[in-house]
Amino acid sequence: MWLTRPLQERSTQLFLGILFMALLVVSVLHVALPEGHALHVSAYTVTLLGKYLCYALLAVAVDLVWGYLGILSLGHGAFFALGGYAMGMYLMRQIGDRGTYGDPVLPDFMVFLNWQELPWYWYGFDMAWFAFAMVLLVPGALALVFGWLAFRSRVTGVYLSIITQALTFALMLAFFRNEMGFGGNNGLTDFRDILGFNLRTDEVRLGLFIATGIALALGYLVCRAIVTSKLGRVSVACRDAEARTRFLGYRVERVQLFVFVVSAMLAGVAGALYVPQVGIINPSEFSPLFSIEIVVWVALGGRATLYGAVIGAILVNYAKTVFTGVMPDAWLFALGALFVLVTVFLPQGIAGLLKRRRKRNDDTPETSSTAEATA
Amino acid sequence: MSIMTELANRDQVFSFLTPTDSPVDVRHGPILYMEDVNVSFDGFKAINNLNLTIDDGELRCIIGPNGAGKTTMMDIITGKTRPDTGSVWFGSRHNLLQMNEPDIASLGIGRKFQKPTVFEALSVFENLELAMAADKRVFPTLTATMKPEHRERIDAVLETIHLKDLRDHPAGILSHGQKQWLEIGMLLMQRPRLLLVDEPVAGMTEQEMERTAELLTSLTGKQSVVVVEHDMGFVRSIARKVTVLHQGSVLAEGTMDQVSNDPEVIKVYLGEDA
Repeated sequence: MWLTRPLQERSTQLFLGILFMALLVVSVLHVALPEGHALHVSAYTVTLLGKYLCYALLAVAVDLVWGYLGILSLGHGAFFALGGYAMGMYLMRQIGDRGTYGDPVLPDFMVFLNWQELPWYWYGFDMAWFAFAMVLLVPGALALVFGWLAFRSRVTGVYLSIITQALTFALMLAFFRNEMGFGGNNGLTDFRDILGFNLRTDEVRLGLFIATGIALALGYLVCRAIVTSKLGRVSVACRDAEARTRFLGYRVERVQLFVFVVSAMLAGVAGALYVPQVGIINPSEFSPLFSIEIVVWVALGGRATLYGAVIGAILVNYAKTVFTGVMPDAWLFALGALFVLVTVFLPQGIAGLLKRRRKRNDDTPETSSTAEATA
Repeated sequence: MSIMTELANRDQVFSFLTPTDSPVDVRHGPILYMEDVNVSFDGFKAINNLNLTIDDGELRCIIGPNGAGKTTMMDIITGKTRPDTGSVWFGSRHNLLQMNEPDIASLGIGRKFQKPTVFEALSVFENLELAMAADKRVFPTLTATMKPEHRERIDAVLETIHLKDLRDHPAGILSHGQKQWLEIGMLLMQRPRLLLVDEPVAGMTEQEMERTAELLTSLTGKQSVVVVEHDMGFVRSIARKVTVLHQGSVLAEGTMDQVSNDPEVIKVYLGEDA
């Protein structure tokens, strides 16, 4: 099957091995060691790592369209946030009558706004299966409509980047409005349960962290399966010579649409796993700045490698956590400096550095043997 | 054409009744038929009442000074440019003006660009793999697997285009001439009925040119080939029939000798040189 083919690759085995090892080590250190032990991983850290893994999945989704298809999306935050909102709506409905106002159906912010009944688009979100389906379908549908219009008219390059940026900005403005029924600028928060488990316990937090790790593994596998298939090579062909690909008989716009929709769905899943861990979703996730930041992660990690995106997302967000703790004002400068340095000195990102190193190791015996042969 | 006006045309088969995936019909001889085609860009007439027929299995050379409309003509045939008026038929059944680029390519028209365009990030082998005739829709492409007979076909073409040693190297490292060869190889993988080849020997050495001439002439009979070329020596070495384009229409047609002795043609070419 095409989906399991990447499991035979060494790079995928290595990636999955490291990922599952990390999940295991963190879980053991969290559960087995007593609090106060030097190596104990606190619940706070577990949730923080879970957040990084969500970002990593989001970065993989962006790398799929940017690295392999050549479409620089500056609006992937929109798909992430939509997935997050779908999850947030489910979590809101799970609160039930335990909210501040005690209304069994209406979330607190609706009672506060004097709404009498639930808007139609909130129906169904009390059922987990429906909400989880929406996590995939809503970002997927938006990507489908948006991509169909854009790719059909052959909008690519900078213009497409600008439109995706406009898309996420428009959604941000829309979600800021209270009348939209998504909690306005406060967003959705005060969650209690997920699938009947109390979100505020350490066990559930650990569970969410592990679930995110598994989602990242699956997402990576799906992307890897796509890029190693013939369709992946056609994507690269579309990226490098669109007209040529068309004259070979491929429908470039459909290839672009397919990959774009898959990527949007993955971003939605990342958003859905992010929300229960950070405990809130609000329109700031739609902000253009966030979408640009995702692109910086991918650029730093290295484009068109997938694992580079994961490394980039985790490193930059770790740096962000440290920096904003020590010198909150300096973070944006540090991010900017990092981006400039990477573009100048590491155009292929950290993954490029790893690759070059491996190549050098491989080459040394080979070149010497060819030298002998010619001599 | 709207359905209502079409239903009024009782003398012909309604277009929605003709099967779209029917094979190319060449029983009447020509594989490509262009009639009264006109294209203008901002008032400049790039193609002016062009009439051209290519027979099945023919090797045709098209020459003409710069700006004669050779590349525009190829753009029209492959669906990149839509003419203002005129009709273009592939065989006697397929109206090319109602189809887009991928449809036309799947129907069996392959094109080599003037500037060699290969996928530089992919290996030589992968370039040929993508070009191979296959179901090119999204999901079949996603689940496609490489079968031994596919590998053999690719290896056979690699042999023909003399790139066997560079099989697994990225196409970006090839020389200009090798890229030209690779692109011709990609055309062969497509198994087209009609090959449109734009300046195939630009940047090639004398020896490479000879091999290209051999390759193109070996295709005739099985496939139709249209070659646009500036290099007169090369045209002389392969051509049986030559068409001279000038200012978007056919100036002369015939064997190389007939054409090169045609006073009109001499005037156009010498007039340019002077």
